[in-house]
Amino acid sequence: MSAGRMAYDILSLGVPFSVALLLAALGEMFNQRAGVFNLGCEGIMSMGAFLGFLPAFLARSGALGPWADVLGFGLAAGSGVLLGLLFAVVTVTFRAPQGIAGIGLQMLGCGVAGTLFRHFIGGVTGVEGVAAWPIPLLSRIPVLGGILFNHNPVVYLAYLAVPASWYLLYRTPWGLRVRAVGTHPRAADTMGINVNRVRYQALMLGGAMGGMGGAYLSLCQAKMFADDLVAGRGFIAVALVYFGRWSPWGIAGGALLFSLAQSLQLSIQVGGIKFPYEFAVMLPYALVILVLALTRARTLGPTALGKAFDREMRV
Amino acid sequence: MSRRYRLIYSAGVIALAAAAAASTAALVLWAIGASPWATFGVILTGPLRDVFGLTEILVRAVPLILVALGVAISFRSGILNIGAEGQILIGILCATGTALGLSQLPRAVLLPLCLAAGAAGGALWGGIAGVLRARLDVNEILSTVMLNYIAAQLYTFTLRGPMIDPAELMTGSGTPQSMRLTRAVWLDRLIPGTRLHSGLVIALVLAVLVWVLLWRTTLGYRMRAAGAGSTAARYAGIHVERALVVAMLLGGGFAGLAGAIEVLGVHHRAIEAISSGYGFAAIVVALFGGLHPLGIVPSAVFFGLLLVGADMTQRSNGVPANMILVFQGAIILAIVSAKMYLNNPYARQRAAKLLGKLLPSRAGSSAEEAGP
Repeated sequence: MSAGRMAYDILSLGVPFSVALLLAALGEMFNQRAGVFNLGCEGIMSMGAFLGFLPAFLARSGALGPWADVLGFGLAAGSGVLLGLLFAVVTVTFRAPQGIAGIGLQMLGCGVAGTLFRHFIGGVTGVEGVAAWPIPLLSRIPVLGGILFNHNPVVYLAYLAVPASWYLLYRTPWGLRVRAVGTHPRAADTMGINVNRVRYQALMLGGAMGGMGGAYLSLCQAKMFADDLVAGRGFIAVALVYFGRWSPWGIAGGALLFSLAQSLQLSIQVGGIKFPYEFAVMLPYALVILVLALTRARTLGPTALGKAFDREMRV
Repeated sequence: MSRRYRLIYSAGVIALAAAAAASTAALVLWAIGASPWATFGVILTGPLRDVFGLTEILVRAVPLILVALGVAISFRSGILNIGAEGQILIGILCATGTALGLSQLPRAVLLPLCLAAGAAGGALWGGIAGVLRARLDVNEILSTVMLNYIAAQLYTFTLRGPMIDPAELMTGSGTPQSMRLTRAVWLDRLIPGTRLHSGLVIALVLAVLVWVLLWRTTLGYRMRAAGAGSTAARYAGIHVERALVVAMLLGGGFAGLAGAIEVLGVHHRAIEAISSGYGFAAIVVALFGGLHPLGIVPSAVFFGLLLVGADMTQRSNGVPANMILVFQGAIILAIVSAKMYLNNPYARQRAAKLLGKLLPSRAGSSAEEAGP
């Protein structure tokens, strides 16, 4: 296999691989910009992956056609909203410590998804998944067309979500409120912003995006569901927000970097280079630690990140 | 707020939290068509019916106590150690490697050496996250989670490659497991015919020692001070970063020791899926036990009961084993929420006012007696 061909394969695989991370990390960005550190992302993705998969699995005969996948994404987003709401009740209303509550949400989400999966599906079964939608004309561009414009529609939508998130965060009143409650909630409160309401909204939006990221994994990427399908991607998404310095563009870059590392690892294995499989699997996780070590979180993050807002607290 | 109101208030909050956790689990059980009552019944009473069930609860409680002690030390020091699962695996590898490599040594030397190797391996693995947090400000939750995944891969790699039982290669079955350890390193069985081993004694002794460490030594005081308020601790001259690293070394060490004891006491060889989630369950155990050794021991026994009971429902009611994660997640969310209400003076005051209205006979004086 020529080096050029290999590079092409890595790139054209890496772009769709990044989408689950990208969607979940963009959602987590809204959470953290509003001041809430949601480690339950892993659980939300797990739940989304299962519920996204379920309609396609039940309608294998093809009665619903592509609508089963649309329904799946809808269910996944809905479950993400509900889990985000639950997390908001616990961390915003009850003001519980966010780190440990996130671990609780992760266990709950993964546990519920695993239990329902074992009961309703049982074993690992594949679905047809979402087919590729080559963009007319653009996909015919040599090399670039295959890398960028020959994917399933969710890939395009996810990359459109990057500028959309930027616009929402920096050019709308709601985005300003999100940044305000994550930076200085007391000042925001003084200006008449309902801090807790904005945090609820951000957590629900983040949950919906995390759920859809999970559904992408089961419907578009793996085209099946298993207990350990998400395999830490929810936590990696949280780390990506640090790496991307809380900006949509940085996060998109980080998601691409990780997915390229993953497709590089796959092509090393396919290419027959002698390298223990387990070490290849370790690569992205080790990369997360490296990336976190190189990012200075304290100086860049939203200043109220991880702190519950208590109106009654005297300062 | 009078004592009576405070008691009613605390009991009410705890009852509400317990009800919320139980109904979340019941909802999931109902969704898969299992009867919540029957399932809860089997989980909570099934293991108590015979001696074997009772000893199995304690067999599960041993690693839970040990790991939860380590988790409590790190949480008290302000570092959230989610990496116990990986630290356990590294502990198992180190203990098994020592036992297999030095198998000709006498028991009196080899057994303590294996336990020490396990603890050292876990401490090293935990220490990585501690140093990263202290030196480079790496979020310890994320780093320990990542180290869990790395440890899991390292574990399967070692069991499939360097440490695989030669017999597995000869017969060609290739099950990833180590050779059986020599009888000389096995922990004694406390009750013949059951799996209950002397690791229980080690765990109980260490529970006392952890209490001494945290509440009766300078080091423990420093660690708790660093956890309670790092800025204040730093002004008082406490080396907060060092306290964090020590806390992670100890937390990892306890998890590694738990792994070593599990392999020397129960399985007698390193196998896949040996830890079965003890690292995560122990976080719930530690929180449920109030991060205090005196609470951790009973809480570990209770979660031992849940783990054995969940196994039983899987066999008798067909409830998937993943259900245990649902319980644990719901319990964590309920505990952290309830804790905020129990410690919130404003909420307490409001509740006192409300109770004063509801119980008019004692109103007036007692409701306004004391502010926050």
